Amino acid sequence: MTSKNITNPKQVKTRQSGKKPKFTNLIAKTPVHIAVVLIALIWTLPTVGLLISSFRPSADLLETGWWTVLLHPFELTKLHLGNYGEVLGSEGMGQTFLNSLIISIPATIIPIAIATFAAYALAWMRFPGRQLIFMVIVGLMVVPLQMTLIPVLRTYNDLGLAGSFLGVWLAHTGYGLPLGIYLLRNYIGSLPADLIEAASMDGASHLKIFTRVIVPLSTPAIASFAVFQFLWVWNDLLVALVYLGGNQDVAPITLTLRNLVGDRGQDWHLLTAGAFISMIVPLVVFFALQKYFVRGLLAGSVKG
Amino acid sequence: MENINRILSAIAAIVVGSGGVIGLFFLANYLVEKLPRKWRSQILPWVYTLPAILFLSAYLVLPTLRTIFLSFFDRRSTEFVGLENFQFALTDSSMLIAFRNNMLWLVLVTTISVGLGLAIAVLVDRVRYEAVAKGLIFLPMAISFVGASVIWRFMYAYNPPGAEQIGLLNAFVTGLGFEPIGWLVNKSINNFALIVIMIWLQTGFCMVLLSSAVKGIPQDIIEAARMDGASEFQIFWRIIIPTISSTITVVATTVLVLVLKVFDIVFVMTAGNLDTDVVASLMIKQMFNFRHFGRGSAIAVILLIAVIPIMVVNIRRFQQQEEA
Repeated sequence: MTSKNITNPKQVKTRQSGKKPKFTNLIAKTPVHIAVVLIALIWTLPTVGLLISSFRPSADLLETGWWTVLLHPFELTKLHLGNYGEVLGSEGMGQTFLNSLIISIPATIIPIAIATFAAYALAWMRFPGRQLIFMVIVGLMVVPLQMTLIPVLRTYNDLGLAGSFLGVWLAHTGYGLPLGIYLLRNYIGSLPADLIEAASMDGASHLKIFTRVIVPLSTPAIASFAVFQFLWVWNDLLVALVYLGGNQDVAPITLTLRNLVGDRGQDWHLLTAGAFISMIVPLVVFFALQKYFVRGLLAGSVKG
Repeated sequence: MENINRILSAIAAIVVGSGGVIGLFFLANYLVEKLPRKWRSQILPWVYTLPAILFLSAYLVLPTLRTIFLSFFDRRSTEFVGLENFQFALTDSSMLIAFRNNMLWLVLVTTISVGLGLAIAVLVDRVRYEAVAKGLIFLPMAISFVGASVIWRFMYAYNPPGAEQIGLLNAFVTGLGFEPIGWLVNKSINNFALIVIMIWLQTGFCMVLLSSAVKGIPQDIIEAARMDGASEFQIFWRIIIPTISSTITVVATTVLVLVLKVFDIVFVMTAGNLDTDVVASLMIKQMFNFRHFGRGSAIAVILLIAVIPIMVVNIRRFQQQEEA
């Protein structure tokens, strides 16, 4: 039995050969509890404030702090959904929410496909320049996006890709690939060699090995990268700002929210509701797939 | 009806965009399978890697080289101006303020979020509600810089003295009997107010990585130290920190790189006014507001130079991994 669970009071007692009674132990731990609870509370308050405020009528919002709602928790008449209706409808956030989905889903799937094929080749096929390619990819992970904006934007203007979904999909694919290939190659490279050799002995083609063996076994790594890339694209402002410009028809939600801050910076009923709408999808993805997200973080914490 | 049309065209765009690429791979593979066996094994690796290589070249390698080239030209990239843009980038007063701010960002965000992340990682290991506490602190990771900026603009909201404060921080300050503070307009505070947002976002990331490293320390070592009468502080400084020092380095460099490129928070919160610009946000200003591509490129090159040491370290680490 490992003593990993040091919070168990019985274990602690035996470990300290019963010298300290239980309650000294409790007192000794009080500072720890206070610190943890306090930090967690401080970290949560800003978001909670936003959430509560988004349900308050605009007049109330400007008059009293959101915490006053907590003093009368049962006066639900003080809360309403009108802010959400207004921001989704007349402020056009319904459309930009859709735009964000249209941008994020292909901009996640395309790099996954390309990165997985490349990672398989880099891990299990012999060809000249393979190590060099991978080393360049490791280097590219930290290149600041700013280095690429001007030339790519110029090319986009020439090709007519600026302001189009296709342009952003491709750009996010390019920017996401280094991390994706890095994560997936490390994972696919660590799969047992016997498995792949056995499959190729049986006469399976590379494509068959890839679709029948590699992809199913790599789902955890693919999921990690998918969560990463999706959150990154959904939350991105820079790429959308530069390549989509002022075209409101294709703007993602981050861009609309940013414009809302600029144009209606004191309309807190719109800002809070808008911010929360922009956060819902990433929060759901995050909580549903946190396991994969953390695994991806642990495996690839070098991305810039 | 219009809404249904919108949703249908959204679905169509998603399917075509995602499916197209996967279809291309299968088509290419099918064509290669038709070739004689001898050629096949030579061509196939390139079928698999070429799309990636093309994307990396088109979006990262070539534009990077092109930006370096453009940094020696004038605003419209027509005339060669030598080092003029770099002279601007290293001496202009707006740039000097940005460098100062960037140093503040780099030092404060990195030390505080790593330090706090480590402290939380060690503390949280001792309570039973660990998962909940970690989840709450980690949650900002899912929030965009723009979303976080709105959240904190609300925290920093300011009303003149005498009026009811709707921002939590000023309510707290006035509750203690002080005058409300203009967090975002007071030049001696505003940079720190922005830095706090980044710390709020990044501490969870540091905590998660460091916590898994702390849990990886063999319990026997810590037990043995405790038996020998080491205090919890001694265990922290003499055992935990040295054991996980490599993780600390990795986490710190990741945060450094991220902070170096931070642009969104400044852009949304203050638009760089009142001395809050950082290097990355000035780059965007030069590119968009002043349309000076030479200066914009030169500033980007400075950012690249700043990450080169990290790049080299990463590549070395990778080579060691491969040899091991």
